[in-house]
Amino acid sequence: MASAAQSMEEIKARIEMIPVDEAKREIAEGVRIIDVREQNEWDESHLEGAIHIPQAEVAERIDGVAPDTSERLILQCRTDNRSARVADLLGELGYENAVVVEGGIVAWEAAGYPLVYAKGLTPEQRNRYSRHTLLPEVGVEGQVALLNAKVLLLGAGGLGSPTALYLAAAGVGTIGIVDDDVVDASNLQRQVIHTTDRVGVAKTASARVAIESLNPDVKVIEHNTRLDASNILELIEPYDVIVDGADNFPTRYLLNDATVRLRKPVVSASILGFEGQISTFIPYEGPCYRCLYPTPPPPELAPSCGANGVLGVMAGLMGLLQANEVVKLAVGIGDTLSGRLLLYDSLGTTFTELKVRRDPACPICGEDAPEIPVEEMGKFPDYELFCGAPAREPSPVA
Amino acid sequence: MPSATVKIPPVLRSQTGGESQVPAEGSTVGDILTSLVDAYPDTKGQLFSEDGELNRYVNVYLNDEDVRVLDGLETAIDDGDTVVILPAMAGGR
Repeated sequence: MASAAQSMEEIKARIEMIPVDEAKREIAEGVRIIDVREQNEWDESHLEGAIHIPQAEVAERIDGVAPDTSERLILQCRTDNRSARVADLLGELGYENAVVVEGGIVAWEAAGYPLVYAKGLTPEQRNRYSRHTLLPEVGVEGQVALLNAKVLLLGAGGLGSPTALYLAAAGVGTIGIVDDDVVDASNLQRQVIHTTDRVGVAKTASARVAIESLNPDVKVIEHNTRLDASNILELIEPYDVIVDGADNFPTRYLLNDATVRLRKPVVSASILGFEGQISTFIPYEGPCYRCLYPTPPPPELAPSCGANGVLGVMAGLMGLLQANEVVKLAVGIGDTLSGRLLLYDSLGTTFTELKVRRDPACPICGEDAPEIPVEEMGKFPDYELFCGAPAREPSPVA
Repeated sequence: MPSATVKIPPVLRSQTGGESQVPAEGSTVGDILTSLVDAYPDTKGQLFSEDGELNRYVNVYLNDEDVRVLDGLETAIDDGDTVVILPAMAGGR
């Protein structure tokens, strides 16, 4: 039996191949060119004036495009294998004058001939994000959405570090980072955005260095501060998605109350020991953080107030699950974790999924919930007794 | 008597001798938790308030559903069910 390569050789031996300069000359003379690549490839770039018919549709559509089987047709794909198969097929259908551009659009571009590019991406970006744009679900449009997205990370720590790196790599155009801590050597076991030579540097500044060297497309906004009721609304307002990797309950409830007010989606994860939790809260479409956890636990059940270890790899996994949620929200694809809480146990390597429902009696997003005064956001009666005012003391996990 | 598996969160494991899941018998979620408390008395103060109510900061799920949207502690148990005890966690750093 002939191998695929041999059979392609045989096909190319019985069709006519023309070099790109010949193709360019014929196209200028009015010969029609048909691009047989897939939609997402066409969207990324194509020859001006080309007709787009994906390979699988050629047999049924060619008659509508070129009813005269004697017409000269130039076929082009990425290199020339698909177009060779199409030329062979057209030959069988009676088209005697269908030729193939040798080397396809790759050779055309390499020769410096002009292409029509998708709007919104520079040539460098088309290359950098090609593995995204090749996904039909993302495409150029999805990549442009990522480049236009503004994402705020609460914390550049165990969760925020991997989240920030992957969002930067994905081309999220604006990444804001809230953190008032400096890099400590004990962070480096899991906070992979920081480095040994940046110990002592502000985490926001350290994260900026890493992000900018990874991807110059990303604008980093440093918020070297701690969220509180006086600054939170102003701080989160410019952002599309908030990623919660906060290390204390007061900040988590404060963030919830403010994001419900401003209707901002929150991707929320937490980590402890070998285990992590993650959910996505989309105000009024799904439950909020208070629907899931109406009341914060007391200190003995709230280890963020005390000393605890955390497996660095597990923190990384949870941070990447957060990044995964952000990308889907920004592009508008897939199913988010809204209404679901995902638990990960790294010792057993098991995931558990729990349902989370909107609480009609939720004091923040419930049906009859009154709008609370700004200074009341994030508050609980006697909460200070539990955890101290917004946990200032660095936890050993921090 | 139906038997269920109770999943213990990390913060309660010092009260269960380090076990992350323990078997318990009972015909309702409340019975299961009571039998857990009988086996591991140190868990009682963290699960239940002094008047015997489940603490508000403890979420309990029967399989994947919050018992608050079922029949609470009265929710019936089938043999082989999983009861998940889940307090909020805040660690992120």
